[in-house]
Amino acid sequence: MQVSVYRYNPDLDEAPQMREMALDIPEGRDLMVLDVLERLKEQDPSLSYRRSCREGVCGSDGINMNGRNGLACITSVAQVARKGKLVLRPLPGLPVIRDLVVDMSQFFAQFEKVRPYLINDKPPPAGERRQSPEERAKLDGLYECILCACCSTACPSFWWNPDKFVGPAGLLQAYRFLADSRDTATAERLADLDDPYSVFRCRGIMNCVNVCPKGLNPSRAIGRIRGLLVRQGV
Amino acid sequence: MVIQATALSRSGLSDFLIQRVSAVVLALYALCVLGFFLVNDGLDHGALVIFFGSPSMQAFGILAVLCTAAHGWIGLWTVGTDYIRPHYFGSRASAWRLLYQAVCALALFVYAWWGIRLFWSLG
Repeated sequence: MQVSVYRYNPDLDEAPQMREMALDIPEGRDLMVLDVLERLKEQDPSLSYRRSCREGVCGSDGINMNGRNGLACITSVAQVARKGKLVLRPLPGLPVIRDLVVDMSQFFAQFEKVRPYLINDKPPPAGERRQSPEERAKLDGLYECILCACCSTACPSFWWNPDKFVGPAGLLQAYRFLADSRDTATAERLADLDDPYSVFRCRGIMNCVNVCPKGLNPSRAIGRIRGLLVRQGV
Repeated sequence: MVIQATALSRSGLSDFLIQRVSAVVLALYALCVLGFFLVNDGLDHGALVIFFGSPSMQAFGILAVLCTAAHGWIGLWTVGTDYIRPHYFGSRASAWRLLYQAVCALALFVYAWWGIRLFWSLG
C-alpha cells in the first residue's frame, strides 16, 4: 500500500513535504490507521505523532486521513483509503510542531474561555449536589467529548478566526454547563458568549457533526445556545 | 467576550436577529413585487409609478432599502473579518480590512440614500 505522509521538522526542513512510503498489508486484511503509523515508524523512527490509549478514549491521535479528520486508532484503512492510497496529514488549521503533531494551545485557550467547570454560588451541601434523572439526561451527548479537536479543526470558521470563535468543541462544553441544573452561572456564561464571534460565527457548515469520532452533535448544542441567548435577550 | 467596534450592533445576538428579520422583510417584499408582476399583464411606466408610489408600497420600499443596507453590512462585515486576515494579508491586514469596510459602508450608504430618495420621489 502507498502511504503519503506529511513530514516537517522545523529544525531541519525549510518547508513541509509529503513523503511517499510503502507498506505491505496482506491481502484481505485491514488495519487501523494507527497500526499503519506504527509500522511506518518502524521503517523511519523519526516519524512523529501522538498516541496513547489506542482505543478511541484519550483523543490523542486525531489526524487528517485522506481529507477527513478522525482518530487514527479507531479508523480502519478501508474506511478512508482511496484507490489503495492513504494520505495522512496533521489536523488542519493548527500550527505544526513536527510531522503529525500540532500545537493545540489555541484550541485549549478557547476551551478554557467557556469556563468548563461547574459554577454554583450556593454553599456546598454535606453530600452531593443532586439531580433528577431527567436533569441528568440533558447532559447526554454533551459530556462525552474527549477533546480530540477533530471537530474544531474541521471547521472553516475556526480556521479563519481561531482566536475569536470558540469552535464546536468549546461550544459543546459551554452548552454542557448551561444545560446543567446544578450550575448557577447561566446569565454570566451567556453574557460572555454574546458577541459577533464566540457563538455567532458558526455558519452551520456541520463539518463538526460529520467528523466527530464519538458521534456527538456540536451544531445542535450551538443552536441551543443561540436559543438561550434569544430567550434571554428579547 | 470579543469586542468589535465595526460590527453593526456590537452584540452577536442583535446582529443575528437583525440579519434574520431583515431577510424576512426582503423575502416578503420580493414576493409582493413578484406577485404584482405575475398578476398584472401589460404593465407600463404609469402603472408601475402608481403601484410603487402608493403610500404602503413607498413605506415598504423604504423599509426594504434599509433592510438591504443592514443585512448587507452584517454579511459583508462577516466576509471581511473571515477573509481579510494576517494569514493572507500579512501585517497590514487591519489596514486592508478597514479600507474594505469603509468602501462597503460608503457603497451601502450611497445605495440606501439613492433608494430612499427614489421611493420618496414617487409620492
